[in-house]
Amino acid sequence: MIRTTPFHDRTSALNETGLWQHWSGHLVVTRYMASDKFEYFAVRNGVGVLDTSPLYKYRIAGRDAERFLSGMLARDIRTCAPGNAQYTTWLDDRGFVLEDGVVLRHAADEFLLTSAEPNFAWFADRIGRLSVTIEEVSLDIGTLAVQGPRSREVLARLVPSVTELPFFGITNATIGGRPVTVSRTGYTGDLGYEIWVEAADALTVWDGVWEAAEGHGMLPYGMGALYMLRIEAGLMLLGADFDSSRFAFNDAHRSTPLELGWAWMFKGLEEDERPFIGRTALVRERAEKSSRWRMVGLVVDWQDYDRVYSSAGLIPPKDHRPVHEDWMVYDADRTRVGYATSIMYSPVLQRHIALARVRPDLAKPGSRVFLEFTVDHHYEQVAAHVARLPLYNPERKTA
Amino acid sequence: MSTDRYDAIVIGGGHNGLVNGAYLAKGGLRTLILERRHLVGGAAITEELQPGFWFTTFSYALSLLRPQIIHELELTKHGFLPLQMSTRFAPGDDGDHLLFTRDHDENLREVARHSPHDADAYDQYGHDLDRVCQAIKPLLDTIPPDIFSDDPEEVVRLAALGSQLRSLDKRTLHNAVRLLTGSAADFLDDYFESELLKGWFASSGIIGSKVGPRSQGSGLVLLFHSLGEHDGSFGTWAFHKGGNGGFTQVLARAAQAFGAEIRLESPVVRVLTRDGEATGVALEDGTEIAADVVVSALDPRRTFLEMVDPRELPDDLVEDIRRLKFQGVSSKVNFALSGLPTHPTLGSGPELYRGFLNIGPSVDYLERAFDDAKYGWYSEHPYIDCAIQSTIDPDMAPPGKHVLSCFVQYTPYQLRESDWDAEREHMADRVQATLERFFPGFGGLVLQREVVTPLDIERTVGLSEGNIFAGEFLAPQMFFFRPAPGWSQYRTPIAGYYQCGSGTHPGGCVMGAPGRLAAGQILGDRSRARSG
Repeated sequence: MIRTTPFHDRTSALNETGLWQHWSGHLVVTRYMASDKFEYFAVRNGVGVLDTSPLYKYRIAGRDAERFLSGMLARDIRTCAPGNAQYTTWLDDRGFVLEDGVVLRHAADEFLLTSAEPNFAWFADRIGRLSVTIEEVSLDIGTLAVQGPRSREVLARLVPSVTELPFFGITNATIGGRPVTVSRTGYTGDLGYEIWVEAADALTVWDGVWEAAEGHGMLPYGMGALYMLRIEAGLMLLGADFDSSRFAFNDAHRSTPLELGWAWMFKGLEEDERPFIGRTALVRERAEKSSRWRMVGLVVDWQDYDRVYSSAGLIPPKDHRPVHEDWMVYDADRTRVGYATSIMYSPVLQRHIALARVRPDLAKPGSRVFLEFTVDHHYEQVAAHVARLPLYNPERKTA
Repeated sequence: MSTDRYDAIVIGGGHNGLVNGAYLAKGGLRTLILERRHLVGGAAITEELQPGFWFTTFSYALSLLRPQIIHELELTKHGFLPLQMSTRFAPGDDGDHLLFTRDHDENLREVARHSPHDADAYDQYGHDLDRVCQAIKPLLDTIPPDIFSDDPEEVVRLAALGSQLRSLDKRTLHNAVRLLTGSAADFLDDYFESELLKGWFASSGIIGSKVGPRSQGSGLVLLFHSLGEHDGSFGTWAFHKGGNGGFTQVLARAAQAFGAEIRLESPVVRVLTRDGEATGVALEDGTEIAADVVVSALDPRRTFLEMVDPRELPDDLVEDIRRLKFQGVSSKVNFALSGLPTHPTLGSGPELYRGFLNIGPSVDYLERAFDDAKYGWYSEHPYIDCAIQSTIDPDMAPPGKHVLSCFVQYTPYQLRESDWDAEREHMADRVQATLERFFPGFGGLVLQREVVTPLDIERTVGLSEGNIFAGEFLAPQMFFFRPAPGWSQYRTPIAGYYQCGSGTHPGGCVMGAPGRLAAGQILGDRSRARSG
């Protein structure tokens, strides 16, 4: 039986299209109105709200919680002081990525970890003798992402301290008299916040947010808009841009964090002697430069793209709706050098953009490659160049 | 003469002047853009008329901007943000209406509600129009060949144009000619029976032009307004972040990033010449600034008859410019509103107003509005293209409040036995009364009203007779003949003096193509001169 989220009464009332999809066993809105691009612009230009409750959430607490997580998570959780959040990943012992997620550190000994898929056993089975408890709280907590340049102004009417909240900071507050946690996090690459609330209080908090946003043009946005936003933001999607190593049948479906472009997570690795799962493999991969790929952004050459379609007598299609499939990438000699996993026409960049992995020697921004499109039922290779992720990175995101 | 010396001076910081200056600077020229007013943008500006309310004083939406300009001038780095409209709304009489969303199939049902016949006709019309646009569009990025020249290169270019036409299928070429020479109403009659739908589509055939939907020539205007592809999709319109003034600020930042200098409040009074060559410009305050190249982004009348002494020009050119038709017929009435209007059957939900709102419920309505103008008066029941931009860009008005831009026709520049200083508010009253008719209670929402007549457009922006295209879109004033036969390649008879305004090919709207093509010509001439 498909579940509904704690905000369902409100999201269903606003869903004009009747389009729903399933996310981790929950009904979520695909798009509220006929245009997901319009919802997308609410986030890029105003303020939008997404019900992101279906994420898995685990409360990990206890005297040894930090020690435990510092061995489980590849990024050093000790650098995340209480009152902050951290984007992190966890690996298997061969250094392949299992998943990524955000961890909120509520206190020295209390963490909330999010993940896209179930991970309880992976963590619980490795506690051993440490004084740590892990509790699944996925259904107990509703999460509301309030994102966009106006999100601060709207939320500050409810929680004045958000004006001071740094990027990836968290704060406890009340909305409509109900306790919430507000984190300056999101999956849009824009200024934005997420509100974490007990499920029973979800509707009260939803109503409070909407009341505060009155007159600000706030719109709810669905998964269609979310997928657009996250590609521009260079944020990976499990099942689209990478798969969990746990359930892969071969290494072609596995990725290391360095291959996914997360080298920045390990800047202090030499000084940090912390043992963690996958460390040995990660250190070796770094030293031997043995990464097979590097995740990069691709920006398609607009003239070449237009030429390919126009010479076939077609109007060059420029669709903002993301496609999550493999698209082959070649070099100038037409040797295959990688593949793109997410592609779209970006409204803020006015180009086709893709998240792609290429051979590490081609990962330098500006490297020229060719992306394969299907035109008139045959393959055409269109020029593109490699660009640094995120492809869209407004100052307000961290300011 | 000032000690400053520039490679190029652009007169006028409207969108074409900015585009031109940006390309010249990108091409390595030390470029100065001189703007008469306190802000750049020309007729594409956004002004805060009272705290928190931002009005698009003149031009108010974006579609035709050539995508090359976005890429070549790297506009996205400077904040280019065309915000999508999610609906289009055309109220009819007696509470009838057409409301389109971004769901194509939903729209076909909406059309079928009015006429089952028109539903698939709607798709056929869209397809046929796309084919014509696809065929015409390369012309927007091409300097017209000079049909009066014996230069072999021009003969080759003309032949290339001919073979391009011959490559079209019969129906597309015929449709193109029918649109370029015929009336919007005749073309639409071939497809549709719903008066509301025809009125809606015919409206884009009269914008900015002294033609009715049944006049020959309205087809060309309709076609022109369908040629946009700025946002990756054909024919769509958007509101730029911060209005069209927000867009011209983006252009200004791009021009400056390429090294162009912009000087505000610097009205040019004349172009300096010596022995038939441009040597610089003189400002109103007496300052003279030297430059090898001077480019006028002004309209042709001012470019040829005011900025230079017509005696320096060939007689036939002067005569052609004097008889160029301007005949502005468009006004703006902009409102600050305390809330959203209420439609008698649909209410006041924001979903009605997230795009153009078209008051032109039938071809008859539009044609009658034109009848008034034919005899020198403004329409009793005007055509109005409304846009409540604050529903899309919340930064345009304070929370809960709105700005409404109304583009109004017909309001002829030349009034019979009166003038616009006397009629300005009476005209706006008619606009308000018309809005009251379709949205009862509208008057109670009005916090402020700004009225911009063709005379105001001329006075403020300098567009002759308030023509928004800097010269009407009439077949004899397009392509080879824009702005005058033999002078459609951005040069003038004065060496080093060029033109780049909307009065040159391909024409007006916030398209930027004249500025871009002119820059190509200027840079090409310089490189030919150096290598020759």
